[in-house]
Amino acid sequence: MSQLAELKKSERLEFVTLVAGGQNFCIEIKQIREIRRWTPVTVLPHSPDHVLGVINLRGAVIPIIDLAAKLGFPKIAPSERHVIIIISIEDRIVGLLVESVSEILGVDAGNLRETPRGPEDPTIRAILAIIPLGDDMTKVISLPALLAPASPVAA
Amino acid sequence: MVTRILAIDDSRTIRTLLTQTLQNAGFEVSTAVDGVDGVQKFQQQHTDLVITDVNMPNKDGFGVIADIRNGPTNRTVPVLVLTTESGAALKDRARQAGATGWIVKPFDDDALIAVIRRLTGAL
Amino acid sequence: MMTGDTAMRDIFFEECDDLITDLSEGLSAMRDGQTDDAIVNAVFRAVHSVKGAAGAFALDDLVSFAHRFETVLDAVRSHRLSLDDALLHVLQRASDVLADLIDAARDNLPANPAQVDPVVAQLQSFLGDAPQPVEDLDFEAVTLAFDGPDQPARRYLIRFRPNAAFYASGHDPLLIIKALQALGPTSVSVDLTRLPHSLAGLRWQDGLMGWQVVLDGPATDLPILEVFQFVDDLCDLQITAGPDDAAADPVPIAPAPVVEAQTDTSDRSGKRAAASLRVDPERVDRLINAVGELIINQSVISQRLQEASLPNTAELFSDLDDYKLLAREIQEGVMAIRAQPVKPLFQRMLRIAREAADMTGKLVTFTTEGEATEVDKTVVERLADPLTHMIRNAIDHGIEAPDQRIAAGKSAHGSLRLSARQRSGSIVIEIADDGAGLDRRRIRDIAFEKGLIAEDAQLTEAEIDHLLFAPGFSTAKAVTNLSGRGVGMDVVKTAITALGGRVTIASVTGQGTSFSITLPLTLAVMDGMIINLGGQTMVVPIASILETIRPKAADLSQIGLNSTLLRIRGEYVPVIDLAERMGHTTLPRDMTERVLLLIQTDSVPQCALAVDDIFDQRQVVVKSMQGNYGEIAGVSGATILGDGKIALIIDAEAVAQGNTSFPATNSHNRRDVPHVATC
Repeated sequence: MSQLAELKKSERLEFVTLVAGGQNFCIEIKQIREIRRWTPVTVLPHSPDHVLGVINLRGAVIPIIDLAAKLGFPKIAPSERHVIIIISIEDRIVGLLVESVSEILGVDAGNLRETPRGPEDPTIRAILAIIPLGDDMTKVISLPALLAPASPVAA
Repeated sequence: MVTRILAIDDSRTIRTLLTQTLQNAGFEVSTAVDGVDGVQKFQQQHTDLVITDVNMPNKDGFGVIADIRNGPTNRTVPVLVLTTESGAALKDRARQAGATGWIVKPFDDDALIAVIRRLTGAL
Repeated sequence: MMTGDTAMRDIFFEECDDLITDLSEGLSAMRDGQTDDAIVNAVFRAVHSVKGAAGAFALDDLVSFAHRFETVLDAVRSHRLSLDDALLHVLQRASDVLADLIDAARDNLPANPAQVDPVVAQLQSFLGDAPQPVEDLDFEAVTLAFDGPDQPARRYLIRFRPNAAFYASGHDPLLIIKALQALGPTSVSVDLTRLPHSLAGLRWQDGLMGWQVVLDGPATDLPILEVFQFVDDLCDLQITAGPDDAAADPVPIAPAPVVEAQTDTSDRSGKRAAASLRVDPERVDRLINAVGELIINQSVISQRLQEASLPNTAELFSDLDDYKLLAREIQEGVMAIRAQPVKPLFQRMLRIAREAADMTGKLVTFTTEGEATEVDKTVVERLADPLTHMIRNAIDHGIEAPDQRIAAGKSAHGSLRLSARQRSGSIVIEIADDGAGLDRRRIRDIAFEKGLIAEDAQLTEAEIDHLLFAPGFSTAKAVTNLSGRGVGMDVVKTAITALGGRVTIASVTGQGTSFSITLPLTLAVMDGMIINLGGQTMVVPIASILETIRPKAADLSQIGLNSTLLRIRGEYVPVIDLAERMGHTTLPRDMTERVLLLIQTDSVPQCALAVDDIFDQRQVVVKSMQGNYGEIAGVSGATILGDGKIALIIDAEAVAQGNTSFPATNSHNRRDVPHVATC
């Protein structure tokens, strides 16, 4: 079963909306462990650009990823204003650095639209669905797709 | 009233299995690791039914039955012998020792519980 | 029985390990001439217990083999078979096969008939021609026939009159009647016709009472026979089926005889202290983590207090020292829970050695020392494979064939010694043989053929020996089915490095080879040197540091543009800039302003790691990075410092080997290899 179909099994869904690279995105609330203010990281050697480093989260070593950079936007210059969303997927815990977090959005599953399959693009690949919001819209991030190894062709 | 079963087996696996199976069926279970331990526990606590292995260090299952049947209290408690052997020879030996019944390992959960219910009147 | 329960399986296999140890010890005592009943019985029981418990998991191969093994042991136990060398040898082999079958079952692998069948045949040969009753193995199904409600009811007349043995063996007629009542509508009457007229000397047990039950019950008499399963020979029993209007008029059931007063109904539970406690390893791990946090928390408080510029006399500081001591004590205590003796591991190696000797036709005396030495549970588990490989190697390649040994003036029996001992915070495990020693010329040749070294490479003996651990190296002239399985000693080395350990080789031509494995006592805590590198705090394991040097200009010399050599006690060692290896892009500083860590690793000669400064030497709690991030070249893990910040732990050996330099352009793709968790 596709991830979207899996998600649509629940009638009512809740998402946390956020801004990364100046655009609206959202993450299903069930996948979010907590939201923290930015704290300085310990830099890892030989890490890709989007990996900022690791932080100590109550004794666990958690990598922090610049969501904007991972989605193909320019890197965020992290500061106190920025926010880290701690997400938990399968057995991994990862922090996503975003520009801001806005609100919790309740949506009927029927309102989720499939992402149109266009040209291979790092942003589109990580989008699970689109939620129309009046004239605007927000994009549901697929964490498995976001954190999966990039295909060699695209890299 | 809860039916209290004393399970005597030197195998940790079998003890754990018995405990799980019997507790799930609503019985109260205590265990003993060999014949001597078993007889001692039997004398210390109220027991509605005893399940005992045959081959054990210190005292075998038939020794346990003899001690119970000749002991100071609760002599006619039902005692089930749990063994890997089967056939007439076992039945004779168990019978002679005064066993109430016998169950062959590996035991079937439902059959074991049915036998225990029958021998203790527990529902 | 609950066969699908993994926790239950774990208990079973754990118990099997204990039983195999008992079995090995018993057989070994028997070989030493101790053949008294207690030992033979213990051996029998070990096999018997394996069989009994294996049945619960439907491990048929194991049950069937254990059964044959047990049958032979039973014959020994009852003196129908006498113990001689031939029989002992077969029992030994059977014990090995049993252990292998357990291992196979643990890994859900099928039994290997080529290995099992010959031993079964040998066991069989001791039992003579009498075929084993196969039905002994069959599960005697206690079937409960449940008839659907639409089955036509039949009427049964059941008469039973228990004898004295019925009562003596714990049966109760009332319960029999109750069980019959559960099968359908009944009417019960008591037959008191045998009661004597005089009540003097009356014993109720003497079969004086009988019962008659009319049952409108099941379509077949199976469930009824079931009720009388254990008592059919303890009572006069008649079961007649069919419409029987002649059944006696129902009479209310007589009060059941009071069996016996139960004098002890108190609710005392057995309170005997258990000799040992079995704990779910996960609970221990949680405790270890919590204690790790406690230690970190303690250093946080300590650091904060020092920054608070309190008067040095404050009692707080001595209290803090107490806190520190207590925290360490708790930590040591918790670590000790995970410690396990290496004995079961060594017993398993004994088996491996025997099998290897059998297969190669070599004569080997295997001795173990320090079996009681305790090591972290994970270490014990992960040492099995490397040790197996090394033992097989020692027998296959190290120890010579008997004729060669005699020709070399040695005894025909080779000796292989496996020992464990604790040495200053480490565990040292040694595998020593008295074989031919390493053929260094051959090793060199092979290394050259495989392109591992240049033809004119100047190598010390130790460096040649360590070529054995190079990936892709194998000295076997032909691939033997024993140790040559396409994996070399590099796999051994990787496994041991992963445990934070080191392997060294010592070999004397003609006299033998010994491998020495040094392992940390625990995996969760490590002694580390806290260093500064480009403003970032990092940790280098003390175990890999020989000494720290603040170099003088005279001790340093340049080679070419980028290489520096350090002169120490007349020798030259290369200086490696750790900052560069870690991908830092800071401007190179003068080496004399820096601190050099002299690193000793097994695979490369000594080298000096240049760092910016050293702060402190302390125990750190090791945190794995792999779960959430993946492997990082040159970094073995991380720890959390007193201020709550993370410090990376440097894998000194990987750095020294130069395994960490990746061209910057490559670093993107490197994380994208599929088996590494990618961010």
